[in-house]
Amino acid sequence: MAGLLRICTAGSVDDGKSTLIGRMLHDSQSVYEDQIHSVQAASKNLAAGPIDFSLFTDGLKAEREQGITIDVAYRYFATARRKVILADTPGHEQYTRNMATGASTADLAILLVDAREGVKVQSRRHARIARLLGITDFVLAVNKMDLVDFDREVFDGIRDEFDEMLTGARCHAIPLSALHGDNVITLSDRTPWFEGPSLLEYLETVDVSRDLTKLPLRFPVQLVLRPNDAFRGYSGQLASGTVRVGDRVTAWPSGRSARVQRIVTYDGDLDMAFAPMSVTLTLDDEIDISRGDLLATDPPDVGQHFEAEVVWMDERPLDPARVYLLKHTTRTVTAEVNHALLLNQIGTVSVSTSRPLVFDPYASNRITGGFILIDTSTHFTAGAGMIAHAVRDGVAPGTTPVTAAERLALLARRAGSDADAIKAVEQALEEILL
Amino acid sequence: MTTTPRLDHLRALEAESIHILREVVAEFERPVMLYSIGKDSSVMLRLAQKAFHPGPIPFPLLHVDTTYKFKEMIQFRDQMAASVGARLIVHTNEEAISDGTQPFKVGTQRCCGLLKTKSLLDGLQAGNFDAALGGARRDEERSRAKERVFSLRDANGQWDPKRQRPELWNLLNGRLGPGESIRIFPLSNWTEIDVWQYIHVEEIPIVPLYYAKEREVIVRGNSLIVQEQPFVVTMPGEKPQMVRCRMRSLGCSPCTGAIRSDADTVPKIIEELISTRQSERQLRIIDHDQDGSMELKKREGYF
Repeated sequence: MAGLLRICTAGSVDDGKSTLIGRMLHDSQSVYEDQIHSVQAASKNLAAGPIDFSLFTDGLKAEREQGITIDVAYRYFATARRKVILADTPGHEQYTRNMATGASTADLAILLVDAREGVKVQSRRHARIARLLGITDFVLAVNKMDLVDFDREVFDGIRDEFDEMLTGARCHAIPLSALHGDNVITLSDRTPWFEGPSLLEYLETVDVSRDLTKLPLRFPVQLVLRPNDAFRGYSGQLASGTVRVGDRVTAWPSGRSARVQRIVTYDGDLDMAFAPMSVTLTLDDEIDISRGDLLATDPPDVGQHFEAEVVWMDERPLDPARVYLLKHTTRTVTAEVNHALLLNQIGTVSVSTSRPLVFDPYASNRITGGFILIDTSTHFTAGAGMIAHAVRDGVAPGTTPVTAAERLALLARRAGSDADAIKAVEQALEEILL
Repeated sequence: MTTTPRLDHLRALEAESIHILREVVAEFERPVMLYSIGKDSSVMLRLAQKAFHPGPIPFPLLHVDTTYKFKEMIQFRDQMAASVGARLIVHTNEEAISDGTQPFKVGTQRCCGLLKTKSLLDGLQAGNFDAALGGARRDEERSRAKERVFSLRDANGQWDPKRQRPELWNLLNGRLGPGESIRIFPLSNWTEIDVWQYIHVEEIPIVPLYYAKEREVIVRGNSLIVQEQPFVVTMPGEKPQMVRCRMRSLGCSPCTGAIRSDADTVPKIIEELISTRQSERQLRIIDHDQDGSMELKKREGYF
């Protein structure tokens, strides 16, 4: 099978998203018969037809009772050609955070609109979040075409409006009736003007692989494995790129280099590993590397100040006076953010961290460019951030620290660890005193 | 130039699961793997071996033993723990057993509550574990589809679906407040077919009950019940008979029915799965005792 396709779906309440997904699962035979029976037994929404397909996906009791999808649900189906992981994300505005969650791992987003309603504020918001999270492949599913008599002009109007909104992205628009199955699996007789392919055929064949292996090596170290004195290995999952035995890699933020000696796996050593493999590397030189460091070929950005787009996901607003935990790759640090955001707000902010991060802009690497902010008292995952670019040492361009105290503080901030910071400051003080 | 290397879907799932297992070991003080002896547990064990190779599996295995598991399961459990060199902890609610708790006496809901849910929570507390790894998959049941990889439990071990933390990219938030604990599901994105395909390509040992053979069973409606416990009695008109059958999922012998099958190899099992359209949990009587019953059990602390 040709790998994994990760997709997410977005649409407003009542656009029929759950019905569409239920239909895909049902028609691609990924729903089992006893699930159909239990759904038929629970189905009270007679308007939805003989089987209420949305009940396949609206999993939680509260949702079944309220009739809206309130949390992201993951669904799986496999065709002869590939396996699909589908994040069904809710359209209800107060749950925008779930849309960001679903989009964060998706290769492609299905945007659903009601043919009668056209493009709504919500649709624009969903498209924007998907773009922000780095999605460049879209399917525009114009649903409920049966209620506009499969009118081509209605479809074309909506498609054109989206094309404008999604400039720079690739978008395949499909006229659908999720309820009746038109153009979901096979092409419908009722849209002779539509050339296809159908939704499922498109998902089966679309080539969205953002090629992680063509990017420079990024290997965040998860664990240092030391089962005995003779073995010291660095375990992690390649975020991007490839690595070969003999390659010279640099550990960041220290900047020290060594050659890859072995690529160790349970199934035997490899000559080469590529993203997204999980492996263990050994190096020919004993340099100090710990969890949170990153092994790379081309140099990444290293710093404590950057600008980022942040999606706020907590009821409790982002407070510039508070300190948050920031998790980025395998490193967790404390961080401050320069301005407030409310639940479901998205904003450009400046972030300062207590220790340096090793990163890339999100636009070039989702794994080394994305981070989460954790509330230190509730431990809730309160924000999701996408790094735009580094800001050098938090100092406005053209100015340099002048006082000795400022220079010492800068040395400490640049250090890779607390121990390094102490060492650097001690050294500087000695120089001053001598 | 060579062509772009690409992982097939099983290797992509494997790499993701190994990443999760390593995050757990890096971020928690006292993790434990819940070992249920079934096929998903077998896959979890192999992934744990892979994640920490050439080191040993760095956490113990906890089996919550209701004492009503199939005998072949217990034999297999002890063999596997020895062969992978992991420490095995077996926890049983002895008090409930000595009170005579069994499904036909107290009902399946109460029996599961005492022998599985309570026993699990007690076992986790006894070991002072702060993170419990489980083999649950999102494709198993509707409420599981919304489960997080890192699933938070309050001080009573309970799940609140409305307080779930968003999970973005591969960034897992394992921060805990006082008394809170976490359940971790590295197989979240695997389906039943993925698990079987992986068992096949990796040649992972599984309990022989999964393979079809002639077994002595009681035929009761659509269920084939293996008579291992003395309290599983034949009803009037029933008598044990030999049927070629296998277990599609493993649990307690009184509550887990076999299915008629000729599938005596892993490829035949996969073929059977693709052609049948019966969901695996249908034969687990406990999921059907009320609408939304898995969600209710999960809220109470069940996996």
